[in-house]
Amino acid sequence: METLNYRFEQGTRRLTAPPEVVGVVGSGNLEVLIEPAALDGACTIEITTAAVGFGPIWAAVMRDFHQRWLLADTRISINDMGATPAVVSLRMDQAVQTMLGDA
Amino acid sequence: MSRISSYQEASARERLQQLFDPGSFEEFLPPSQRVISPHLGQLNAPVAFDDGVAVGRAMLGGVAVYAAAQEGGFMGGAVGEVHGAKLVGLLRRAVVDKVAAVVLLVESGGVRLHEANAGLIAVSEVMRALLDARAAGVPVIVLVGGSNGAFGGMGIVTRCANVVVMSEEGRLAMSGPEVIETANGVEEFDSRDRALVWRSTGGKHRYLMGDCQRIVADDMQAFRAAAQEAVAAYAGQSPALTLEALDAEQRMLDDRLSRFGALRDPIDIWTAMHMPDAADIPMLDVDSFIAAAATRRQGA
Repeated sequence: METLNYRFEQGTRRLTAPPEVVGVVGSGNLEVLIEPAALDGACTIEITTAAVGFGPIWAAVMRDFHQRWLLADTRISINDMGATPAVVSLRMDQAVQTMLGDA
Repeated sequence: MSRISSYQEASARERLQQLFDPGSFEEFLPPSQRVISPHLGQLNAPVAFDDGVAVGRAMLGGVAVYAAAQEGGFMGGAVGEVHGAKLVGLLRRAVVDKVAAVVLLVESGGVRLHEANAGLIAVSEVMRALLDARAAGVPVIVLVGGSNGAFGGMGIVTRCANVVVMSEEGRLAMSGPEVIETANGVEEFDSRDRALVWRSTGGKHRYLMGDCQRIVADDMQAFRAAAQEAVAAYAGQSPALTLEALDAEQRMLDDRLSRFGALRDPIDIWTAMHMPDAADIPMLDVDSFIAAAATRRQGA
């Protein structure tokens, strides 16, 4: 297992809905827990993954995610079981869309 | 987005949203509380924020019930220490709060072997809590329609309930197909023979054998209606185990063993039960099947 942490500043979109979880921790899949949190305007992402050694790819996928949504004061926690980057992006978008009520 | 209507294809959380009155499910210990397994991390294995089960209160056709749904996608729905404790807590709280029923959406391979004794104890505590709930007047309804079925300890838990509702696609047994093949050889049971696996453990055979009380199509609304009717049937009735009921069950099992114990294949059993066109039973739609089974099934 490997734990990765990312923190993005300069987000503008704040979420107000209660915490949501999407996805399932199964092979090639992941769960994304998204919740509002007072983080001085930042969006933090903590990933626990069964696939060790993919830090640079996670960093790129998370950077893209932040550029898409520009979340602020949001904590995202991920339990991953070897999901591909495309699946990760889809699940994270699904999590945000669920929070925004248009999933 | 169109609603998924298959029960089997839905996740545990989708089932809770679609089976109960819209928006009524209110979770106890939601994922944001991060009550996770204390064992999996030590084994360097992935955890889930809900430990693979969601528990809470919900409304079913306007009736307040407690509900739990196991997520088959996470470790096959296997029961670890926390997972089991959440089920036990739900059943105990159901007694304190005197709810109309507890509806368990079971999908599990049984004990989570990673958690060894803690998992085994957890499952036995679930059985005890379930029987305590019944004794205290709270009926327990189990739905089995997920692709992982109800096996091992959760197979036993399922049979402790007042009513078991299954789809043909749902499976219910003690040892799973691979376990039987590993222990007794492929001549005894070929776990890759899917038709044999479903003939032996699927909803139709369980219904004919008297192991489940209702069979429905793999459809969310059909499961919902069956659960609703099962809860309504216990209004004002005692769901407690009685000595008479246990004696009757024992007689049914004795009779089953003496009539069918020597037969090798479920088709032989269905033939012995005088089911018409026994070999074609897996092809019947659920309504024709129920009609054909009406007078012939065990416990009818």
